[in-house]
Amino acid sequence: MIPESFEYHVPKTVDEAARMAAEFADDGKVLAGGHSLIPMMKLRLASPKHLIDLGRVEGLKYIREADGKIEIGALTTHFQAEYATLLKEKCPLLPETARAIGDVQVRNKGTIGGSLAHADPAADWPAAALALDAELKTVSTSGERWIPVSEFFVDLLTTSMNPGEILTAIRFPALPVRSGDAYAKHAHPASGFAVVGVAARVTLDEKGIVEKARVGVTGVSSKAYRASSVEAAITGKAPSSKNLDTASLHAVDGIDLNGDLYASAEYRGHLAKVYTARALALAVERAGGK
Amino acid sequence: MKIGIKINGKWHENDVEPRLLLVHYLRDVASLTGTHIGCESSLCGACTVLLNGDAVKSCTVLAVQADGAEVTTIEGLARDGNLHPLQQGFWEEHGLQCGFCTPGMIMSACQLLARNPHPSRGEIREGIEGNLCRCTGYQHIVKAVEWAAEHSGK
Amino acid sequence: MAAKLLGERIKRKEDPRLIQGRAHYVDDIKLVGMLHLAFVRSPYGHARLTAINTGAARNAPGVVAVFTGEDLKGRLGFVPCAVEMDGLKIPEHPCLAIGEVRYVGEPVAAVVATGRYLAADAAALVEVDYDMLPAVTSMEQALEKGSPLVHESLGDNLAFVAKIEGGDWKSVEADPSLKVIRQRMINQRLGPMAIETRGVIASYSPGEDTLTVWSSTQIPHLLKTHLAILNKMDESRCRVIAPEVGGAFGSKLNVYGEEGVACFASRQLGKPVKWIEGRRENLAGTIHGRDQIDDVEIYAKPDGTVVGLKCFILADLGAYHQFLTPGIPTLTAMMVLGCYNIKNVFVETKGVFTNKMATDAYRGAGRPEATYIIERAMDLVARELGMDPVDVRMKNFPAPGKDIVLPTGVNYDTANYQKTLKKVLKLSGYSKLRKEQVRLRKKGKLLGIGLSTYVEICAMGPSSRMPAGGWESGTVRVEPTGKVTVLTGASPHGQGEETSFAQIVAGELGIPYDDVTVFHGDTAQVPMGIGTFGSRATAVGGSAIYYAAQRIKKKMARIAAHKLEIKPGEVVFADGKLQSKDGSKSVAFTEIVTEAYYARQLPPGVEPGLSELYVFEPPNFTYPFGAHVAVTEIDAQTGEVSLRNYFAVDDCGRILNPMLVDGQVHGGLAQGIGQALWEELIYDENGQLLTGTLMDYAMPRARQFPWFETANTETRTPVNPLGVKGVGEAGTIGSTPALVNSVVDAMSAFGVRHIDMPLKPEKIWVHLKQGAMPGRDAA
Repeated sequence: MIPESFEYHVPKTVDEAARMAAEFADDGKVLAGGHSLIPMMKLRLASPKHLIDLGRVEGLKYIREADGKIEIGALTTHFQAEYATLLKEKCPLLPETARAIGDVQVRNKGTIGGSLAHADPAADWPAAALALDAELKTVSTSGERWIPVSEFFVDLLTTSMNPGEILTAIRFPALPVRSGDAYAKHAHPASGFAVVGVAARVTLDEKGIVEKARVGVTGVSSKAYRASSVEAAITGKAPSSKNLDTASLHAVDGIDLNGDLYASAEYRGHLAKVYTARALALAVERAGGK
Repeated sequence: MKIGIKINGKWHENDVEPRLLLVHYLRDVASLTGTHIGCESSLCGACTVLLNGDAVKSCTVLAVQADGAEVTTIEGLARDGNLHPLQQGFWEEHGLQCGFCTPGMIMSACQLLARNPHPSRGEIREGIEGNLCRCTGYQHIVKAVEWAAEHSGK
Repeated sequence: MAAKLLGERIKRKEDPRLIQGRAHYVDDIKLVGMLHLAFVRSPYGHARLTAINTGAARNAPGVVAVFTGEDLKGRLGFVPCAVEMDGLKIPEHPCLAIGEVRYVGEPVAAVVATGRYLAADAAALVEVDYDMLPAVTSMEQALEKGSPLVHESLGDNLAFVAKIEGGDWKSVEADPSLKVIRQRMINQRLGPMAIETRGVIASYSPGEDTLTVWSSTQIPHLLKTHLAILNKMDESRCRVIAPEVGGAFGSKLNVYGEEGVACFASRQLGKPVKWIEGRRENLAGTIHGRDQIDDVEIYAKPDGTVVGLKCFILADLGAYHQFLTPGIPTLTAMMVLGCYNIKNVFVETKGVFTNKMATDAYRGAGRPEATYIIERAMDLVARELGMDPVDVRMKNFPAPGKDIVLPTGVNYDTANYQKTLKKVLKLSGYSKLRKEQVRLRKKGKLLGIGLSTYVEICAMGPSSRMPAGGWESGTVRVEPTGKVTVLTGASPHGQGEETSFAQIVAGELGIPYDDVTVFHGDTAQVPMGIGTFGSRATAVGGSAIYYAAQRIKKKMARIAAHKLEIKPGEVVFADGKLQSKDGSKSVAFTEIVTEAYYARQLPPGVEPGLSELYVFEPPNFTYPFGAHVAVTEIDAQTGEVSLRNYFAVDDCGRILNPMLVDGQVHGGLAQGIGQALWEELIYDENGQLLTGTLMDYAMPRARQFPWFETANTETRTPVNPLGVKGVGEAGTIGSTPALVNSVVDAMSAFGVRHIDMPLKPEKIWVHLKQGAMPGRDAA
């Protein structure tokens, strides 16, 4: 219940935060909302010597539209994402995903950046980020860069961010015309984390054929992934429930499935297929298809 | 580290260890023991308080993170000797038994009614999904929140 | 009219302090100079302790003392077990492990420091060397020859064998017309999971040689006795206070090693010592519930009459006995025939030691297991014979009203099982549901309708059948100002007896409800008591209060009669007055009180003062009963279960406060449904607890429940003067089998006849994937 002692640092700017992150790259941790890190510190599963709290850094809490994309500051809470009018209109997958996270209190304090940087394999945001081809902006003393989400998640609790890099923003393409997206989740009854979470975005062409499909899957493996075989199997096809079901059978192709006390690998794989079909069907329906 | 937190309208200033959890600050430093601790995993919600108006689990917030913030705890709800409608609702509808989860439950319900003054029963259940109660089976809590919604602002 | 108080929906007296955060649970109490205790616990299921190095911990900031089992040897007694049983093996159970650890979470060392955080830091510095020993976590394996032994000195892992046999098995077994149905049922291990974990403050005053203990307990008086014995102290110098207790559900009906250690530390250091359990400690080191393997054989006639039941119970006791550990499964055996007139019974119960935390009383304590066995069995009979589960039950109920003695030796008080069943069938629209089920099945949708008709044993209980006394004390004291103080030994923790006992006393004395205050939990204030458990507080404790009030009334009537010059038998209590039956003569209640204390004109032979203690010894248990219907929907693709409707008709005897009864039922339902669908403590074969946090142990949440539709019938018991039976455990006992029967009913389309709890979706999907549902319309 009680964390080990640490030194606490409160940067006021991104630059200052980056300097601290560089200085304490070895034994420091960056704190955003704290809802991934503090629980681990209380269980003494994480015991950083230095804690760099981004909570007072100016300008990391925003949701805005720029160049046809939606950009969200890393310290934006799940709650803010859940209720943002801009997102409901332009990128409804994000509010839908936010709403699936934890509970009200967690959503009030937990942040999108904190969650993505933590890379929990059962977190919800990674699925949405993958389904939307998100880009993640990091800042360090050597400058900033945008990392495509396809390169972001490396393994269990591991991202491609370098030591000393801080995640500051995430960029998502807005919902194109004739498109719909959806998040379908089977939550663990105790933790609320995703046993399986599938985010999908589908764009139909003018004839109602699937022009583009993106499917992000979380909870199933050591990291969230894009179900490319599902995407390939449904692209160019009519979004009939039969076609969606058939395509969804590829949801775990080539994936090393997690098994645990709650759901064996086999069952998880089955759930992934079912929830992929459900997310796709809902996305198609929202795209105006049948 | 020196911090200042406005709790229930009253300013508190203390020198604390950075690792001190907000819930321990409230209970052990500010001596406001109405906020309880029920788990170690941010799941039970017994420690829920309002931090700058938002319901948070104070066992998952460092006191230093709350430096400069306003915190409302269960002790800060009644005004001038009058119970808050939620407190009254919990009393009227038997929304509690052992009472241990109750302060956190009421603070979550506070958040709910602030965002949605007339929630459906389903919305109430969703609003308190971050709070565990082992005694009531939740039904009377739902009724208590309904009572408060009906009697708020009157 | 004050007398109408009983049966009214009255708001609780307890609530104002609780809803404002002004109540005091153990952790809310601070004493001057208070030290904090933290425990070092075994990370292994079974190991020899080869060395404990406390040097680094002793030198850590703020550390005052570090204790190990060796330090306590001979100076602090063993954790007590109150159960007596022929041939029962009771291993020594030290408060801190000596030589060997036998379950994950067993306390190995105790660190006392000036602060909570410092104690936690120092506990992490205690170095313990373990020599691993083979663990045993499967009961069947534990009973095999050559199994690792939990206690080497006991020779085997069998703690006891108990048998109940009744009827004429020779003729049953010789009857070829009988159907024999066999089923193994697993009743999984659960965590009681009060939201307030355990906690204790021990404060020893060396000058006065007195020990005061605040503990989150259901049994302050029993705890006082045992802590005195443990600490080898004169009991008169010990005081236990149960302050506000944040839920218990049986888990605080115990004497724990940590309580002993806190007392020991305080006595050694001469300062108050506080220990507050963490949730992980709670999952590993507070008693668990259930954990049985039950092999059941049912003998039924083709018409549905059940003539015999055999049950072989394996009860996982864990590594040591806690207070009532071995007694719990014996309640299962007693109640295994449920509310059915079954003439032949055979139950063999084996208590088995394993490398796990002890099991003990968790809400229902042995009876949920019994009800689960018999209610699943009745559904199996219905299934086997192609009958409706309702008809099988109706066929086997005893005639209403009669008290019956079953071959288990249990003597049920009063009942009308037909009435509750009919009522729940009406409430749920049972026959419509059955039609809906058929309709949905044709569309490939799975609807389940599950029934449970239960009877339970509670109001514990006659002392002859209880391990540590089954009576309860009640004191009613009319203070000189006319306000009334009530003291009960049945210390509640959420049940609301401060309210219901005030209703009883105010009603009896004809005075305002607000004039009555109920106190409990402090052994220095309440002269004697047992505690609150086994749905006994109102039936036994409330009866003691009732009789104490009668004694007060008798005395006041004598004083009033003397004053009014009428006979004592003619005095009536009403509206703050004592008056003659015709109302022509009256005197104020307060005037008689004043007279009792001023004692100037007392009738001859009447002692001054108005304080009466009554100790109520119930002549029998009570047997509440009821009928529940659970309606579930199953996702045919994933096996996910959702509970669509729940209907409960409970008969807990006379209802004193319907609001409190509803609350008890709802909470019980949630716990029983929790067992059926989600909750489970799992150990691996090495004794590791795999569900050690609330991230893994699924507690029921608000969104998982439908609106509970509840109703009551009221069949008063003759066992006590109030006619109340008790309601604390009914919901838990009745609901678990209703849920499982419902899901199995839905899955019967796939030929499923039993699925073990918890009904996780994967367990259902395993059946779903095996084939198409027969009878489904071609889509």
